[in-house]
Amino acid sequence: MGELFDAVAIALKAGIGFQAIFFALLAIGINLQFGYTGLLNFGQIAFAMLGGFGIAVSVTQWGLNFWVGVVIGLLAAVVLALLLGLPTLRLRADYLAIATIAAAEGLRLVFRSVSATEITGGTRGLAAFNRDFVALAPWETSKRYSILGTSWSGAELWVALVGWTIVALSCLLVWALVRSPWGRVVKSVREDEDAVRALGKNVYVYKMQALVLGGVFGAIGGMFYAVGTGSAIPDQYQNANTFLAYAAVILGGAARVLGPVVGAVLLLFLIQFADTLLRTLISNGVIPEGLLTATDVAAIRFVLVGLGLMLLLVFRPQGIFGDRREVMLDAR
Amino acid sequence: MLLVLAFGLGLAAFTPGVAQAQGEAVTGTLQTSRSGPIEGIEVVVESTDGERIDAVESDEDGRWSVDLPGPGEYVVSINADDLPEGVTLSGEESRTVTVAEGRRQPVNLGLEDGSRGAGGGGVRAVQLLVDGLRFGLLIAMCAVGLSLIFGTTGLTNFAHGELVTIGAVVAWYINVEGGISLIPAALLAMVVGMGVGALNELGIWRPLRRRGTGLVAALVVSIGLSLTLRYAIQIVYGGRSNPYVQYQSQRAVDYGLFNLTNRALFSIIISVVVLVLVALMLQRTKIGKAMRAVADNRDLAASSGIDVNRVIMVVWMMGAGLAALGGVLLGLSDQVQWDMGFRLLLLMFAGVTLGGLGTAYGALVGSLVVGIFVQMSTLVIPDDMKYVGGLLLLIVILVIRPQGILGSRARIG
Repeated sequence: MGELFDAVAIALKAGIGFQAIFFALLAIGINLQFGYTGLLNFGQIAFAMLGGFGIAVSVTQWGLNFWVGVVIGLLAAVVLALLLGLPTLRLRADYLAIATIAAAEGLRLVFRSVSATEITGGTRGLAAFNRDFVALAPWETSKRYSILGTSWSGAELWVALVGWTIVALSCLLVWALVRSPWGRVVKSVREDEDAVRALGKNVYVYKMQALVLGGVFGAIGGMFYAVGTGSAIPDQYQNANTFLAYAAVILGGAARVLGPVVGAVLLLFLIQFADTLLRTLISNGVIPEGLLTATDVAAIRFVLVGLGLMLLLVFRPQGIFGDRREVMLDAR
Repeated sequence: MLLVLAFGLGLAAFTPGVAQAQGEAVTGTLQTSRSGPIEGIEVVVESTDGERIDAVESDEDGRWSVDLPGPGEYVVSINADDLPEGVTLSGEESRTVTVAEGRRQPVNLGLEDGSRGAGGGGVRAVQLLVDGLRFGLLIAMCAVGLSLIFGTTGLTNFAHGELVTIGAVVAWYINVEGGISLIPAALLAMVVGMGVGALNELGIWRPLRRRGTGLVAALVVSIGLSLTLRYAIQIVYGGRSNPYVQYQSQRAVDYGLFNLTNRALFSIIISVVVLVLVALMLQRTKIGKAMRAVADNRDLAASSGIDVNRVIMVVWMMGAGLAALGGVLLGLSDQVQWDMGFRLLLLMFAGVTLGGLGTAYGALVGSLVVGIFVQMSTLVIPDDMKYVGGLLLLIVILVIRPQGILGSRARIG
């Protein structure tokens, strides 16, 4: 029973810690692109990687200020979005999907390659770049604090506090955007591109704006992940994480302002709970070693995410809060 | 032709003039492909504390052998200045080897004759071209199914890479755990792959089509399926990469301008034969014509009496079977890995997009170009970034000619 409680506590921490912030921001970006505009960005993790490495490289390699690093990360994300959007946004939805997933995988391969080691640290990545950020915390960052049965370091609490503030502000921004005239155009692009075009709107530009903005949210998410873990390693940015964020969007409800946030928190709670529980059961010998080992548990989360994604889309595409009519099921 | 090492085979024992001994010894052969065996090079063997055991000269076949007083660590060295014109050492002048009791230890003193790298740029390009051809044919074989599935159902199947992995992994289990020879194992893997393809269609895609699920929803479902399968394979098979038990230690055969192992040669032959058969089937047989008809216009095909669901079923089984075979060939050249299919999927997309989404022949042409491009790109970019070149190519194609070489404008929206 104590173990079950521990598992809940650990899962709770994951559900409100920096991982949840990371996925919530990725999901907010995806929601803007997929939920509202109908764009399939399958490379959201690349934007996160640029955000994280924007800080990491600027601070550790170029000796720049932390906040300059943040700006560089954001600019890199904007440039990537423009590069990907320019050729694909005039084409069918799946071309953007293919181009973005290819770019994400390609960028990760470049960042982890031997030739990039001098800049990105190769497979070992970079570390020790978040001191300036942590130093801003108004409390003792090296001490540990206990909240709801979970133990947090001061730095973790600071990252979480700033992170959730940013998430809240992002939600506010998305809320304001989608109820503005811009939001109405974007939503009509999702419903019927040709009709919007007939009304004299430049669909291409609206799509591009949504792609760039969503990518920027992804980059901010990546920054919180890098600051939260204290390191930036290319292989942390596996493309499967993009689809974890998609699962969060669809679970919470696409085209709902708070849908992706609720989805991300819930999903991370569930995944971490399953993770911890499985690990405990394996170390207790309840699940025999021959069936599953502790190293397999990390893979199980993606099996669950994949299954969840399929089942949700087939049986409840609107997720928890969504409106079935608003969920883009029938794109060209 | 490439780098030829001083092969230290046990052959030295049979050479006249070299002492035959029951005890420990170090042996080796000094030769490169351009210079042939190198005679008269002094090889010095010392113990690790610097005591000289013996010094011998290589014979007319380049072979040398030194008997040792007992097992232990020894330093084998040659003088780089003794080597003939054009031959250089690829490593250090001396090598430390550990000799076990009663063993004739082969020592590999790496020699280079300049046929690799800067000296042989043109030849290296030919070599890469042939490698690229092999790789491109392999991509094509995997991608035909992807393209035909897209053509007949409109589905961009992100789980197609997993069909490749499943083929390779199933063949690995049959071959390594089951102890069955690789060729029947590959055939069995193809059958399993076809079964998986049929299950895909029956279990997921046909019901979804009946429900009227949209293209984007189907796309995300296929992503979910891809994730599930990929990580399930990782759990079952593990994260390591493993080779098949046969055809691993083949030496490259020299064809003049390029080298090819027999397994690479057979990979090319198998791919060509299979692709020609697929083309003949599409062109000549009834079901092939039906496939092209459905891909061209589904409603028209249905109204002219073609059983569309049956055609799609055949496309799935054929595509999955081909992908499985491609997986086995890829496993043969690059070992079997849990995410090999996903990595190949992105190159398949590049190939299919280049050729024109939805056309079978486009997939072939595009994949060939991508395969050759990826291999040839290692002339200018490092080896671990070669896939990036393929992915970049994909993005460039989308800018210049999104409908691909053989595609029609109507498809791209």
